[in-house]
Amino acid sequence: MSKIGLIIGRELKSKLSNKTFIVMTILAPLLITGFVAFMVKMTQSEKTEQNVLVLDESKLFRDKLSGNDYVSLTYSNQRLEEAVSQFYSKGFTCLLWISPTIVEGGAGATKLFYKKSPGFGFQTFLKDQMEKIIYESKLEANNIDPDIILNSKQNVRIILEKVNDKGDTQEQGGFGIFGFLSGALMFVFIIMYGMMVFRSVMEEKTNRIVEVIVSSVKPFELMLGKILGVALLGIIQFAIMGIITFALTTALSSIFLKDATSQLKVFQQQQELVKKNGTNVDLSKLEKFDDKLELFDLLQKIEKINFVEVFICFVLYFMFGYLFYSSIMAAIGSAVDSEADSQQFITPVMLPLMVGYFIATKTITDPDAASVFWASIIPFTSPIVMMSRISNGVPFWEIALSLSILFASFILMTWLASKIYRTGILMYGKKTSWKEIGKWLFYK
Amino acid sequence: MTEILRIHQVSKKYSSHLALNEVSLSVNGQCIFGLLGPNGAGKTSLIRIINQITGPDSGEVFFKGEKISQKHVEKIGYLPEERGLYKKMSVGDQVLYLAQLKGLSRQEARKRAAVWFEKFEMAGWWKKKIEELSKGMQQKVQFIVTVIHEPELLILDEPFSGFDPINAQLIKNEILELKKNGATVIFSTHNMGSVEELCDNIALINQAQKILDGSVKEIRKTFKTNTYNISFKGQAMGFVNALWAGAEVLNKRTEDDIHYYTIKALNNLQPNQLLQAVLPTCELLSFNEVIPSMNDIFIQKVNEGNANIQINNNYTE
Repeated sequence: MSKIGLIIGRELKSKLSNKTFIVMTILAPLLITGFVAFMVKMTQSEKTEQNVLVLDESKLFRDKLSGNDYVSLTYSNQRLEEAVSQFYSKGFTCLLWISPTIVEGGAGATKLFYKKSPGFGFQTFLKDQMEKIIYESKLEANNIDPDIILNSKQNVRIILEKVNDKGDTQEQGGFGIFGFLSGALMFVFIIMYGMMVFRSVMEEKTNRIVEVIVSSVKPFELMLGKILGVALLGIIQFAIMGIITFALTTALSSIFLKDATSQLKVFQQQQELVKKNGTNVDLSKLEKFDDKLELFDLLQKIEKINFVEVFICFVLYFMFGYLFYSSIMAAIGSAVDSEADSQQFITPVMLPLMVGYFIATKTITDPDAASVFWASIIPFTSPIVMMSRISNGVPFWEIALSLSILFASFILMTWLASKIYRTGILMYGKKTSWKEIGKWLFYK
Repeated sequence: MTEILRIHQVSKKYSSHLALNEVSLSVNGQCIFGLLGPNGAGKTSLIRIINQITGPDSGEVFFKGEKISQKHVEKIGYLPEERGLYKKMSVGDQVLYLAQLKGLSRQEARKRAAVWFEKFEMAGWWKKKIEELSKGMQQKVQFIVTVIHEPELLILDEPFSGFDPINAQLIKNEILELKKNGATVIFSTHNMGSVEELCDNIALINQAQKILDGSVKEIRKTFKTNTYNISFKGQAMGFVNALWAGAEVLNKRTEDDIHYYTIKALNNLQPNQLLQAVLPTCELLSFNEVIPSMNDIFIQKVNEGNANIQINNNYTE
């Protein structure tokens, strides 16, 4: 056993001293959270000061367009040619020209002249207001009260409640995207660490060090030490990435989502109130959050995820799924002399993983499909597909069944792989075929 | 002398061919044992079985009388023919790792490594990566990791291939030194010169079978053919007449009035009788018996073996 410890130690040390590995471990979560934060930031309005000169030939918008902290509007009756040549020297950043025929529509109804490109947020800001004003003026022209239209529109949320055999109901997270993401993450990790085992085995073989080592330890011990070493590396990497991501998201969400979380609390209290008192509540006194409903929905779904369950399952499925696949990868690594020869063996191994990945995408739209169920039981796909289902709430027996099958499969696979491995590592020169590998299983 | 290793009727079959066919061998302690045979004869298969890298299909291996098992691994040192090291790992880490795999503690490994590094003038290599070393330097490291745990049995597969003459001599001296200190060395080689120089005993394997074994001296003696080299001055005619029916001339040449003859004595004629017959006819310059080299014996036996197999094959057709 102490020798397996030595092998694990060497494997770990050789990877941990690799600079690329260290950089990737730290950089990956920084990049990903940074990217997400950047995207969020980009969608929020830009804060460039705009001083706009408005030439409204339609006479529809005068004093109806409003500015904000960053946008100020000045109206003018100048002629267009004059204004175009002068607005910049008079201290305006933009010139907004509105055609007299804007209500009738048509191309070129509105023009924005600028020297420095105005941001997309600013354009939307103007556009939205103008559309709203035209909309209201058209309604008024037909004697329709805009408030009627506004009040007749209502967002609808569907809350999913699952009924079990006893007739109890439980509100469902039903957060398909989250499930799919954890399945996809599993897919990436199994391939990543599987390939690491594959390379490490092949490196020892092509370096011709392996014969020296198997004269000291059993080939099975060497293979197992290698697989466990990479597994430990994976856990360390998880931990580092996890801590960095957690710290970053907490910090970022406290900056960006501070308002939203406090508003969500008010919203939830109001929901409770409506639930209790029904229509007796004075609706006009409630705060309206119509534009925030989507965000609230997301936040509430995240709140409902049982992160402890998801985390435990992720670790278990990763461990067994990784052990299952990395045994295969170790066997392949032992059978080939170069990465170029390995394609014919690696492709068929990737195939079930790919299938698992595609079935995982299906769980977003149809989490209770029969194919999804079976794929979460069969060991080749279960780590990925079960992870994609788990946040939807999966009965315990299904998880237990799928995990036990996966566990048994990994034991079987490791045993088979060790038979291929101990012959493969000493075979040089000739190209290996599937048939050849089949024969190795029966060597003594 | 005590027996350190016994191989009893070991057979090994790979899918299409028989690598070893009921091979039995015995290796005595504190000797150098040559395992000879042409390429593909089954030497490496046998060595891997002794190292427990693969198992025999039938037959047994005994180490000092005990059936060989995993615990004996630490008493054996093995330098394979195709040998390498981790390219990216430092020399020191590598030596410590491999020594620990052979059961040494880290401190002990460090201590012994220091001694060897000094002996092979490798001070300052400790932190270097293997890929920074020349091939000759790598071979020194490989030799050290083979012997650092002071094995009782050392198995070297083609140890001199790729060594320059200076390093080869260094390793030869170390092998003799290890033998003096009690180790047994099995080495497999094609270099018959080094067999005559180093080996006490040999076994010759061909076509998966052992076809010859014994001490080098005995074997060379048994393969003697009563052949002698004689050089002399004088009349060649008289010399040949004197031999008459007692010997057969195998080869002759003349250079600067000196005649060089290779003759084979017939009818168990002893060297003294031979000399008595020829001495009156010439001025004798040299006389010595031709003892067959291991190289000749190797070629003769292997060809014989192959011819037999040829005949058998023809027979069955």
